[in-house]
Amino acid sequence: MATEFHNLQELRHSASLANKVFIQRDYTDGTVCKFQTKFPSELDSRIERTLFEDTVKTLNNYYAEAEKIGGQSYLEGCLACLTVYLIFLCIETRYEKVLKKISRYIQEQNEKVYAPRGLLITDPIERGMRVIEISVYEDRGSSASSSGSSTTSSSGR
Amino acid sequence: MKTREYQQIDPQALATPTPTPPPRPLPEHKPRRARRNWEVFPGKNRFFCDGRIVVARQSGVLPLTLGLILITSGLFFIFDCPFLVKHLTSCIPAIGGVLFVFVIISLLQTSFTDPGILPRATPEEAADIEKQIDNPTGSSSSYRPPPRTKEVVINQQVVKLKYCFTCKIFRPPRTSHCSLCDNCVERFDHHCPWVGNCVGKRNYRFFYTFIVSLSFLTAFIFGCVTTHLALRSQGGKGIVFALQASPASALELVVCFFSVWSILGLSGFHTYLVASNLTTNEDIKGSWSGKSGNEVVGNPYSYNSIIKNCCSVLCGPMPPSLIDRRGFVPSDDSVQTSPVEIELPAAKNDINMEKDCLDFALSCAG
Repeated sequence: MATEFHNLQELRHSASLANKVFIQRDYTDGTVCKFQTKFPSELDSRIERTLFEDTVKTLNNYYAEAEKIGGQSYLEGCLACLTVYLIFLCIETRYEKVLKKISRYIQEQNEKVYAPRGLLITDPIERGMRVIEISVYEDRGSSASSSGSSTTSSSGR
Repeated sequence: MKTREYQQIDPQALATPTPTPPPRPLPEHKPRRARRNWEVFPGKNRFFCDGRIVVARQSGVLPLTLGLILITSGLFFIFDCPFLVKHLTSCIPAIGGVLFVFVIISLLQTSFTDPGILPRATPEEAADIEKQIDNPTGSSSSYRPPPRTKEVVINQQVVKLKYCFTCKIFRPPRTSHCSLCDNCVERFDHHCPWVGNCVGKRNYRFFYTFIVSLSFLTAFIFGCVTTHLALRSQGGKGIVFALQASPASALELVVCFFSVWSILGLSGFHTYLVASNLTTNEDIKGSWSGKSGNEVVGNPYSYNSIIKNCCSVLCGPMPPSLIDRRGFVPSDDSVQTSPVEIELPAAKNDINMEKDCLDFALSCAG
């Protein structure tokens, strides 16, 4: 069982990467950005199901807000059309603003929820919005035994 | 792409200096220039202005397109406008000017914008997907397995997602791999040689603006030149005299006559595609119309309302570029001679990793 890490700094200095878990996209609603909320079995012993699902659902809501087609996006689109889209070079679009919010949210989640459990979420934008990558860290001292167990678990999959 | 506030923890950074450090190459490596992502981009694209501009490897006939537009418009403004301003109205060069600006700017934006390229999978991701695919079949790797597909239900339609062997991902819906650019492009429409780039999710609206404004421009120039020649040949002078008086008009007439039909036709076709939320790729393959022998199915992405389809395609939010061209390549590329190599598990044998961890743990303990 991994020991408790207190913050990201400690994680950085005393842990080694054991495994990476990938949360794939959920395409049932079309091409909108949405991730599967199915709880991966590899995280069973590391984090509570509800916390994980909350994180993914909040991320899905953020992406839905970014891609929402409504009043503001029409306004932005029409204005852009009139200026031959040169306006995209000058102002920050709503999508980019929401992406910044998502970055901040992920950092906050990492600091408060995931790092203490030896996990780290990578912002999906750094993986081309294909996956949410969750890195699983093990304490270095117990790396010999736990990496052995991860070997058996990965070969058994 | 704006730099992220939060970066993934670099595995190399986890390697704290050992008590008895071997000569670390780090000081010598520091002056090495950090490379940007576009310099190591695996697809067949070319980048300019330090990654700000992306075009396909072969620029196709983009110079020809630009040349034709510039020369025809130039001749129009130089030779036809003075006559028409004198005899008709000075609105003509104004309207022509606005259309010309629209055409050139939207053409450059279509050519130089990232069409929605999907970055290739990282090695760990690819290994994860491989693991999920290999298990059910359990076949040996002596021959290449049949193309892998995954089915997903979108809006009560079954859509097949294909596995891309080059990019090592399951392609999202409406994504296609362009062989000319060697990239998977989201909402892939087609690869347009006239603009020298793929047309996809991010630059479709620029492309549509380009062809619509170009059809207006060619029709406008055609009409003005015809009026010009008609006015000149008035008074019994004849068309030949008019052409001799203004030979440039003859060239413009020929170019516009042949372009206006094709451009107008293309605009009409793309207007139909926009109104039904289809891509050229889907229309040609007949994915939703039953042409390819499937039962007649509807387009699952359509909102079943022309206005809503048009608005979502042309006025929808502008998605960001996913390839982060101007970001920096992670420093683990440059520290390859470092003796302490903690590589990611999927890329390396688990046994070696265990041995490395053990060695490192022992050295840390002194």
